[in-house]
Amino acid sequence: MAKYPVSFKVNGDEQDLLIEPRKTLLAVLRDVIGLTGTKEGCSTGDCGACTVIIDGKAVTSCMVLGVTVAGKEITTIEGLAEDGELHPVQQAFIDTGGYQCGFCTPGFIMSSKALIDENPDRTEEEFRHALGGNICRCTGYTKILEAVLNAAEEIRTNS
Amino acid sequence: MKNFEFYEPTTLAEASQLFAQEHTQLLAGGTDIVIEMKAYTESPQSVVSLQKIPGLSGITCDADNSITIGAMTNVREVELSQHIQEHHTALAEGASEIGSVQIRNLATVGGNIAHASPAADTVAGLLVADAQVQIVGSDGERSVPINELFTGPGQTVLKPGEIITQFTLPSPASGSHYIKHKIREVMDLAFIGVASSINLEDDTITDAKIGLAAVAPTPIRATEAEELLKGKSITPELIGQAGEAAAAATSPISDLRCSAEHRKEMVDVLTQRTLQYALERARS
Repeated sequence: MAKYPVSFKVNGDEQDLLIEPRKTLLAVLRDVIGLTGTKEGCSTGDCGACTVIIDGKAVTSCMVLGVTVAGKEITTIEGLAEDGELHPVQQAFIDTGGYQCGFCTPGFIMSSKALIDENPDRTEEEFRHALGGNICRCTGYTKILEAVLNAAEEIRTNS
Repeated sequence: MKNFEFYEPTTLAEASQLFAQEHTQLLAGGTDIVIEMKAYTESPQSVVSLQKIPGLSGITCDADNSITIGAMTNVREVELSQHIQEHHTALAEGASEIGSVQIRNLATVGGNIAHASPAADTVAGLLVADAQVQIVGSDGERSVPINELFTGPGQTVLKPGEIITQFTLPSPASGSHYIKHKIREVMDLAFIGVASSINLEDDTITDAKIGLAAVAPTPIRATEAEELLKGKSITPELIGQAGEAAAAATSPISDLRCSAEHRKEMVDVLTQRTLQYALERARS
Protein backbone atom coordinates (compact mmCIF):
# COMPACT_ATOMS: atom_id res chain seq x y z
CA MET A 1 0.00 0.00 0.00
CA ALA A 2 1.26 3.44 -0.91
CA LYS A 3 2.85 5.86 1.52
CA TYR A 4 1.86 9.49 1.33
CA PRO A 5 4.18 12.52 1.59
CA VAL A 6 3.24 14.68 4.57
CA SER A 7 4.99 17.85 5.78
CA PHE A 8 4.34 19.34 9.20
CA LYS A 9 6.13 20.83 12.18
CA VAL A 10 6.91 19.06 15.42
CA ASN A 11 8.22 21.27 18.23
CA GLY A 12 9.26 23.81 15.60
CA ASP A 13 11.19 21.34 13.43
CA GLU A 14 10.02 20.77 9.86
CA GLN A 15 9.23 17.11 9.16
CA ASP A 16 8.92 15.78 5.60
CA LEU A 17 7.84 12.17 5.88
CA LEU A 18 6.34 9.35 3.88
CA ILE A 19 3.51 7.94 5.98
CA GLU A 20 1.34 4.85 5.67
CA PRO A 21 -2.33 5.89 5.98
CA ARG A 22 -2.94 3.47 8.84
CA LYS A 23 -0.28 5.03 11.08
CA THR A 24 -1.69 7.25 13.80
CA LEU A 25 0.03 10.50 14.69
CA LEU A 26 1.03 8.78 17.94
CA ALA A 27 2.82 6.02 15.99
CA VAL A 28 4.47 8.56 13.70
CA LEU A 29 5.76 10.61 16.65
CA ARG A 30 7.07 7.60 18.55
CA ASP A 31 8.18 5.12 15.88
CA VAL A 32 9.13 7.32 12.93
CA ILE A 33 10.38 10.56 14.51
CA GLY A 34 11.59 8.86 17.71
CA LEU A 35 9.87 11.18 20.18
CA THR A 36 8.84 8.65 22.81
CA GLY A 37 7.77 11.18 25.45
CA THR A 38 4.19 10.89 24.18
CA LYS A 39 2.80 7.65 25.63
CA GLU A 40 0.46 5.01 24.27
CA GLY A 41 -1.99 3.93 26.96
CA CYS A 42 -5.39 2.63 25.94
CA SER A 43 -5.11 3.60 22.25
CA THR A 44 -8.88 4.22 22.18
CA GLY A 45 -8.95 7.85 23.31
CA ASP A 46 -10.02 7.06 26.87
CA CYS A 47 -6.87 7.63 28.93
CA GLY A 48 -5.25 10.80 27.53
CA ALA A 49 -1.66 9.51 27.84
CA CYS A 50 -1.08 10.32 24.15
CA THR A 51 -2.24 13.95 24.38
CA VAL A 52 -0.33 16.38 22.16
CA ILE A 53 -1.13 19.92 21.06
CA ILE A 54 -2.05 20.53 17.42
CA ASP A 55 -2.35 24.19 16.41
CA GLY A 56 -3.00 25.16 20.02
CA LYS A 57 -5.56 22.46 20.81
CA ALA A 58 -5.00 19.39 22.97
CA VAL A 59 -5.97 16.19 21.16
CA THR A 60 -5.53 12.47 21.71
CA SER A 61 -2.88 11.60 19.09
CA CYS A 62 -4.00 7.95 18.99
CA MET A 63 -7.19 9.09 17.19
CA VAL A 64 -5.44 11.21 14.56
CA LEU A 65 -4.19 9.68 11.31
CA GLY A 66 -0.65 10.81 10.55
CA VAL A 67 -1.59 11.56 6.94
CA THR A 68 -4.04 14.26 8.10
CA VAL A 69 -1.58 16.58 9.86
CA ALA A 70 -0.03 18.21 6.77
CA GLY A 71 0.72 21.88 7.42
CA LYS A 72 -0.01 21.65 11.13
CA GLU A 73 2.14 22.59 14.10
CA ILE A 74 2.43 19.89 16.70
CA THR A 75 3.83 20.32 20.18
CA THR A 76 4.82 17.31 22.27
CA ILE A 77 6.19 17.09 25.81
CA GLU A 78 9.71 17.32 24.33
CA GLY A 79 8.91 20.76 22.92
CA LEU A 80 7.87 22.53 26.11
CA ALA A 81 11.21 23.39 27.69
CA GLU A 82 12.92 26.51 26.32
CA ASP A 83 16.66 27.20 26.53
CA GLY A 84 17.14 24.40 29.00
CA GLU A 85 14.42 25.71 31.28
CA LEU A 86 11.34 23.65 31.99
CA HIS A 87 7.89 25.02 31.19
CA PRO A 88 6.07 26.29 34.32
CA VAL A 89 3.61 23.37 34.10
CA GLN A 90 6.48 20.85 34.01
CA GLN A 91 8.21 22.57 36.94
CA ALA A 92 4.95 22.64 38.93
CA PHE A 93 4.49 18.87 38.50
CA ILE A 94 8.02 18.35 39.90
CA ASP A 95 7.58 20.84 42.74
CA THR A 96 4.30 19.37 43.98
CA GLY A 97 5.13 15.73 43.21
CA GLY A 98 2.24 15.51 40.74
CA TYR A 99 3.39 12.12 39.45
CA GLN A 100 4.38 8.69 40.64
CA CYS A 101 5.13 6.17 37.88
CA GLY A 102 5.10 9.05 35.40
CA PHE A 103 3.39 7.30 32.49
CA CYS A 104 0.38 9.63 32.40
CA THR A 105 2.46 12.74 33.14
CA PRO A 106 3.26 13.89 29.56
CA GLY A 107 -0.44 13.67 28.67
CA PHE A 108 -1.50 15.53 31.81
CA ILE A 109 1.10 18.24 31.21
CA MET A 110 0.06 18.74 27.56
CA SER A 111 -3.64 18.89 28.49
CA SER A 112 -2.92 21.29 31.35
CA LYS A 113 -0.74 23.54 29.20
CA ALA A 114 -3.43 23.85 26.51
CA LEU A 115 -6.11 24.55 29.13
CA ILE A 116 -4.00 27.22 30.86
CA ASP A 117 -3.12 28.83 27.51
CA GLU A 118 -6.83 28.95 26.70
CA ASN A 119 -7.91 30.33 30.08
CA PRO A 120 -5.69 30.37 33.18
CA ASP A 121 -8.58 31.70 35.28
CA ARG A 122 -10.45 28.42 35.53
CA THR A 123 -11.63 27.39 38.98
CA GLU A 124 -10.36 24.19 40.59
CA GLU A 125 -13.66 22.53 39.69
CA GLU A 126 -13.36 23.65 36.05
CA PHE A 127 -9.78 22.37 35.77
CA ARG A 128 -10.84 19.08 37.39
CA HIS A 129 -13.66 18.67 34.87
CA ALA A 130 -11.58 19.74 31.85
CA LEU A 131 -8.85 17.23 32.79
CA GLY A 132 -11.37 14.38 32.89
CA GLY A 133 -9.91 12.93 29.68
CA ASN A 134 -6.62 12.12 31.42
CA ILE A 135 -6.38 9.15 33.73
CA CYS A 136 -3.78 8.54 36.44
CA ARG A 137 -3.71 5.21 38.27
CA CYS A 138 -1.15 6.21 40.94
CA THR A 139 -1.55 9.64 42.44
CA GLY A 140 -5.21 9.98 43.33
CA TYR A 141 -5.10 13.26 41.37
CA THR A 142 -4.70 15.59 44.37
CA LYS A 143 -1.09 16.50 43.64
CA ILE A 144 -1.75 16.74 39.90
CA LEU A 145 -4.53 19.25 40.46
CA GLU A 146 -2.32 21.18 42.87
CA ALA A 147 0.42 21.32 40.22
CA VAL A 148 -1.99 22.57 37.56
CA LEU A 149 -3.45 25.24 39.84
CA ASN A 150 0.04 26.39 40.90
CA ALA A 151 1.18 26.55 37.27
CA ALA A 152 -1.95 28.49 36.26
CA GLU A 153 -1.33 30.91 39.11
CA GLU A 154 2.29 31.42 38.08
CA ILE A 155 1.42 31.92 34.41
CA ARG A 156 -1.33 34.38 35.39
CA THR A 157 1.02 36.43 37.54
CA ASN A 158 3.79 36.50 34.94
CA SER A 159 1.62 37.43 31.97
CA MET B 1 -5.44 -1.33 11.59
CA LYS B 2 -5.51 -2.59 8.01
CA ASN B 3 -4.06 -0.27 5.43
CA PHE B 4 -6.22 1.67 3.00
CA GLU B 5 -6.07 4.19 0.18
CA PHE B 6 -6.32 7.74 1.53
CA TYR B 7 -8.03 10.56 -0.33
CA GLU B 8 -8.19 14.23 0.59
CA PRO B 9 -10.53 15.81 -1.99
CA THR B 10 -10.96 19.58 -2.02
CA THR B 11 -14.49 19.64 -3.46
CA LEU B 12 -17.72 18.05 -2.29
CA ALA B 13 -18.41 16.69 -5.78
CA GLU B 14 -15.11 14.81 -5.76
CA ALA B 15 -15.67 13.59 -2.18
CA SER B 16 -19.16 12.37 -3.01
CA GLN B 17 -17.92 10.51 -6.09
CA LEU B 18 -15.17 8.78 -4.08
CA PHE B 19 -17.52 8.01 -1.17
CA ALA B 20 -20.00 6.35 -3.54
CA GLN B 21 -17.48 3.54 -4.17
CA GLU B 22 -17.86 0.31 -2.20
CA HIS B 23 -15.81 -0.34 0.96
CA THR B 24 -15.21 3.38 1.46
CA GLN B 25 -15.51 5.36 4.68
CA LEU B 26 -15.59 9.09 5.33
CA LEU B 27 -13.17 10.70 7.76
CA ALA B 28 -14.45 13.78 9.60
CA GLY B 29 -12.88 14.11 13.07
CA GLY B 30 -11.87 10.45 13.18
CA THR B 31 -12.86 9.80 16.79
CA ASP B 32 -15.20 6.96 15.83
CA ILE B 33 -13.81 5.59 12.57
CA VAL B 34 -10.13 5.49 13.60
CA ILE B 35 -11.00 3.51 16.74
CA GLU B 36 -13.24 1.15 14.72
CA MET B 37 -10.48 0.57 12.18
CA LYS B 38 -8.03 -0.24 15.00
CA ALA B 39 -10.54 -2.74 16.41
CA TYR B 40 -11.02 -4.22 12.89
CA THR B 41 -14.79 -3.66 13.18
CA GLU B 42 -14.30 -1.43 10.11
CA SER B 43 -11.67 -2.21 7.50
CA PRO B 44 -12.40 0.05 4.55
CA GLN B 45 -10.35 -0.17 1.36
CA SER B 46 -10.51 3.62 1.01
CA VAL B 47 -10.89 6.50 3.43
CA VAL B 48 -12.04 9.88 2.13
CA SER B 49 -11.17 12.83 4.36
CA LEU B 50 -13.48 15.85 4.42
CA GLN B 51 -10.87 17.97 6.20
CA LYS B 52 -9.52 19.73 3.09
CA ILE B 53 -12.91 20.79 1.68
CA PRO B 54 -13.41 24.50 2.32
CA GLY B 55 -16.64 25.88 3.78
CA LEU B 56 -17.74 22.86 5.79
CA SER B 57 -17.05 24.23 9.25
CA GLY B 58 -18.20 27.21 11.26
CA ILE B 59 -21.30 28.59 12.93
CA THR B 60 -23.27 31.51 11.49
CA CYS B 61 -26.21 33.32 13.09
CA ASP B 62 -28.73 35.29 11.00
CA ALA B 63 -30.73 38.36 12.02
CA ASP B 64 -33.74 36.23 12.99
CA ASN B 65 -31.42 34.09 15.16
CA SER B 66 -31.62 31.12 12.81
CA ILE B 67 -28.29 29.34 12.95
CA THR B 68 -26.23 27.34 10.47
CA ILE B 69 -23.66 24.84 11.72
CA GLY B 70 -21.22 23.36 9.20
CA ALA B 71 -20.98 19.58 9.46
CA MET B 72 -17.21 19.71 10.04
CA THR B 73 -17.54 22.17 12.94
CA ASN B 74 -15.93 20.50 15.90
CA VAL B 75 -18.10 19.82 18.92
CA ARG B 76 -15.90 21.91 21.22
CA GLU B 77 -16.69 24.90 19.01
CA VAL B 78 -20.41 24.09 19.26
CA GLU B 79 -20.08 23.74 23.04
CA LEU B 80 -18.34 27.11 23.41
CA SER B 81 -20.31 29.08 20.78
CA GLN B 82 -22.17 31.98 22.39
CA HIS B 83 -24.91 31.75 19.75
CA ILE B 84 -25.52 28.09 20.51
CA GLN B 85 -25.24 28.53 24.28
CA GLU B 86 -27.78 31.35 24.17
CA HIS B 87 -30.28 30.10 21.59
CA HIS B 88 -29.88 26.32 21.63
CA THR B 89 -28.69 25.64 25.15
CA ALA B 90 -29.61 21.96 24.97
CA LEU B 91 -27.30 21.50 21.96
CA ALA B 92 -24.38 23.31 23.65
CA GLU B 93 -24.93 21.17 26.74
CA GLY B 94 -25.06 18.00 24.63
CA ALA B 95 -21.83 18.93 22.82
CA SER B 96 -20.12 19.56 26.17
CA GLU B 97 -20.99 15.99 27.25
CA ILE B 98 -19.03 14.24 24.48
CA GLY B 99 -15.86 12.40 25.55
CA SER B 100 -13.12 14.70 26.83
CA VAL B 101 -11.73 18.10 25.82
CA GLN B 102 -9.18 16.30 23.62
CA ILE B 103 -11.91 14.32 21.85
CA ARG B 104 -14.20 17.34 21.48
CA ASN B 105 -11.29 19.19 19.84
CA LEU B 106 -11.31 16.47 17.14
CA ALA B 107 -14.91 15.23 16.86
CA THR B 108 -17.31 17.00 14.51
CA VAL B 109 -21.04 17.52 14.86
CA GLY B 110 -21.57 16.03 11.37
CA GLY B 111 -19.64 12.93 12.38
CA ASN B 112 -21.57 12.60 15.64
CA ILE B 113 -24.83 12.60 13.65
CA ALA B 114 -23.74 10.60 10.58
CA HIS B 115 -22.40 7.83 12.83
CA ALA B 116 -26.06 7.47 13.86
CA SER B 117 -25.50 6.16 17.35
CA PRO B 118 -28.87 6.23 19.17
CA ALA B 119 -26.89 7.63 22.14
CA ALA B 120 -25.15 10.53 20.33
CA ASP B 121 -24.93 13.53 22.65
CA THR B 122 -25.66 16.23 20.06
CA VAL B 123 -28.73 14.52 18.65
CA ALA B 124 -31.35 15.33 21.31
CA GLY B 125 -30.43 19.03 21.16
CA LEU B 126 -30.65 19.02 17.35
CA LEU B 127 -34.03 17.22 17.56
CA VAL B 128 -35.56 19.89 19.83
CA ALA B 129 -33.99 22.61 17.65
CA ASP B 130 -35.90 21.09 14.70
CA ALA B 131 -32.66 21.03 12.69
CA GLN B 132 -32.71 20.47 8.95
CA VAL B 133 -29.86 18.30 7.69
CA GLN B 134 -28.36 19.53 4.42
CA ILE B 135 -27.02 16.71 2.28
CA VAL B 136 -24.98 16.67 -0.93
CA GLY B 137 -24.73 13.67 -3.23
CA SER B 138 -24.27 12.81 -6.89
CA ASP B 139 -27.93 13.70 -7.54
CA GLY B 140 -27.46 17.16 -6.06
CA GLU B 141 -28.54 18.63 -2.76
CA ARG B 142 -31.41 17.76 -0.50
CA SER B 143 -32.57 18.56 2.98
CA VAL B 144 -33.96 16.12 5.57
CA PRO B 145 -35.49 17.00 8.95
CA ILE B 146 -33.27 15.46 11.63
CA ASN B 147 -36.13 13.36 13.03
CA GLU B 148 -36.38 11.63 9.62
CA LEU B 149 -32.64 11.03 9.21
CA PHE B 150 -32.21 7.86 11.26
CA THR B 151 -33.53 4.43 10.31
CA GLY B 152 -31.83 2.20 12.92
CA PRO B 153 -28.69 1.90 15.06
CA GLY B 154 -25.89 3.20 12.83
CA GLN B 155 -28.34 3.53 9.93
CA THR B 156 -29.56 6.67 8.15
CA VAL B 157 -31.46 7.61 4.98
CA LEU B 158 -28.12 8.71 3.45
CA LYS B 159 -27.54 7.01 0.09
CA PRO B 160 -24.12 5.89 -1.17
CA GLY B 161 -22.01 8.98 -1.81
CA GLU B 162 -24.25 11.32 0.16
CA ILE B 163 -22.49 13.61 2.64
CA ILE B 164 -23.97 15.80 5.39
CA THR B 165 -22.77 19.36 4.79
CA GLN B 166 -24.57 21.45 7.39
CA PHE B 167 -27.36 21.76 9.91
CA THR B 168 -29.80 24.65 9.76
CA LEU B 169 -31.62 25.55 12.94
CA PRO B 170 -34.73 27.74 12.57
CA SER B 171 -35.56 30.54 15.02
CA PRO B 172 -34.88 29.20 18.49
CA ALA B 173 -37.27 28.30 21.31
CA SER B 174 -37.22 30.51 24.38
CA GLY B 175 -35.60 27.87 26.58
CA SER B 176 -34.06 24.41 26.30
CA HIS B 177 -32.10 21.96 28.39
CA TYR B 178 -30.27 18.62 27.98
CA ILE B 179 -29.56 15.99 30.59
CA LYS B 180 -27.27 13.03 29.99
CA HIS B 181 -27.90 10.13 32.36
CA LYS B 182 -24.47 8.62 32.99
CA ILE B 183 -22.08 7.37 35.66
CA ARG B 184 -18.85 9.27 34.99
CA GLU B 185 -18.72 13.06 34.69
CA VAL B 186 -16.76 12.73 31.43
CA MET B 187 -15.76 9.98 28.97
CA ASP B 188 -19.02 8.09 29.33
CA LEU B 189 -21.81 6.99 27.01
CA ALA B 190 -25.33 8.15 27.77
CA PHE B 191 -27.61 5.60 29.46
CA ILE B 192 -30.19 7.98 28.11
CA GLY B 193 -30.15 11.54 26.82
CA VAL B 194 -33.13 13.86 27.15
CA ALA B 195 -33.58 17.36 25.72
CA SER B 196 -36.60 19.61 26.04
CA SER B 197 -37.36 23.00 24.51
CA ILE B 198 -40.20 25.33 25.39
CA ASN B 199 -41.77 28.42 23.88
CA LEU B 200 -43.77 30.52 26.33
CA GLU B 201 -46.23 33.34 25.89
CA ASP B 202 -47.26 34.76 29.24
CA ASP B 203 -47.42 31.47 31.09
CA THR B 204 -48.89 29.41 28.28
CA ILE B 205 -46.77 26.90 26.41
CA THR B 206 -47.06 27.75 22.71
CA ASP B 207 -44.63 25.07 21.60
CA ALA B 208 -42.73 22.20 23.22
CA LYS B 209 -40.27 19.68 21.85
CA ILE B 210 -38.80 16.64 23.56
CA GLY B 211 -35.87 14.72 22.06
CA LEU B 212 -34.80 11.35 23.44
CA ALA B 213 -31.54 9.47 22.86
CA ALA B 214 -30.51 5.88 23.68
CA VAL B 215 -34.06 4.71 24.43
CA ALA B 216 -35.08 3.37 21.01
CA PRO B 217 -33.33 2.00 17.90
CA THR B 218 -33.06 5.61 16.73
CA PRO B 219 -33.15 8.97 18.50
CA ILE B 220 -36.82 10.02 18.72
CA ARG B 221 -39.13 12.92 19.41
CA ALA B 222 -41.79 12.31 22.08
CA THR B 223 -44.56 13.87 20.01
CA GLU B 224 -47.50 12.77 22.19
CA ALA B 225 -45.90 14.33 25.23
CA GLU B 226 -45.26 17.49 23.20
CA GLU B 227 -48.93 17.69 22.13
CA LEU B 228 -50.05 17.33 25.76
CA LEU B 229 -48.10 20.48 26.65
CA LYS B 230 -49.09 22.76 23.78
CA GLY B 231 -51.57 25.53 24.58
CA LYS B 232 -51.62 24.72 28.28
CA SER B 233 -50.60 26.60 31.37
CA ILE B 234 -47.90 24.92 33.37
CA THR B 235 -48.83 22.83 36.37
CA PRO B 236 -46.87 20.12 38.15
CA GLU B 237 -49.55 17.62 37.02
CA LEU B 238 -49.07 18.60 33.36
CA ILE B 239 -45.29 18.18 33.59
CA GLY B 240 -45.85 14.77 35.22
CA GLN B 241 -48.18 13.70 32.42
CA ALA B 242 -45.64 14.79 29.82
CA GLY B 243 -42.97 12.70 31.57
CA GLU B 244 -45.19 9.63 31.51
CA ALA B 245 -46.09 10.18 27.85
CA ALA B 246 -42.41 10.54 26.94
CA ALA B 247 -41.58 7.27 28.72
CA ALA B 248 -44.45 5.56 26.88
CA ALA B 249 -42.91 6.64 23.54
CA THR B 250 -39.68 4.72 24.19
CA SER B 251 -38.66 1.15 23.38
CA PRO B 252 -35.36 0.79 25.23
CA ILE B 253 -33.10 -2.25 25.44
CA SER B 254 -31.40 -3.77 28.46
CA ASP B 255 -27.64 -3.88 28.08
CA LEU B 256 -24.43 -3.95 30.13
CA ARG B 257 -24.96 -0.40 31.24
CA CYS B 258 -28.54 -0.51 32.51
CA SER B 259 -31.91 -2.21 32.18
CA ALA B 260 -34.78 -1.27 29.88
CA GLU B 261 -37.01 -0.71 32.91
CA HIS B 262 -34.54 1.74 34.44
CA ARG B 263 -34.24 3.59 31.14
CA LYS B 264 -38.02 3.94 30.80
CA GLU B 265 -38.39 5.13 34.39
CA MET B 266 -35.59 7.67 33.98
CA VAL B 267 -37.05 9.06 30.75
CA ASP B 268 -40.11 10.03 32.81
CA VAL B 269 -37.98 11.63 35.53
CA LEU B 270 -35.53 13.41 33.23
CA THR B 271 -38.19 14.65 30.81
CA GLN B 272 -39.86 16.39 33.76
CA ARG B 273 -36.53 17.73 34.93
CA THR B 274 -35.47 19.06 31.51
CA LEU B 275 -38.89 20.67 31.06
CA GLN B 276 -38.50 22.45 34.41
CA TYR B 277 -35.05 23.77 33.43
CA ALA B 278 -36.28 24.77 29.96
CA LEU B 279 -39.22 26.61 31.57
CA GLU B 280 -36.92 28.47 33.94
CA ARG B 281 -34.76 29.51 30.98
CA ALA B 282 -37.83 30.49 28.94
CA ARG B 283 -39.04 32.71 31.78
CA SER B 284 -35.71 34.44 32.39
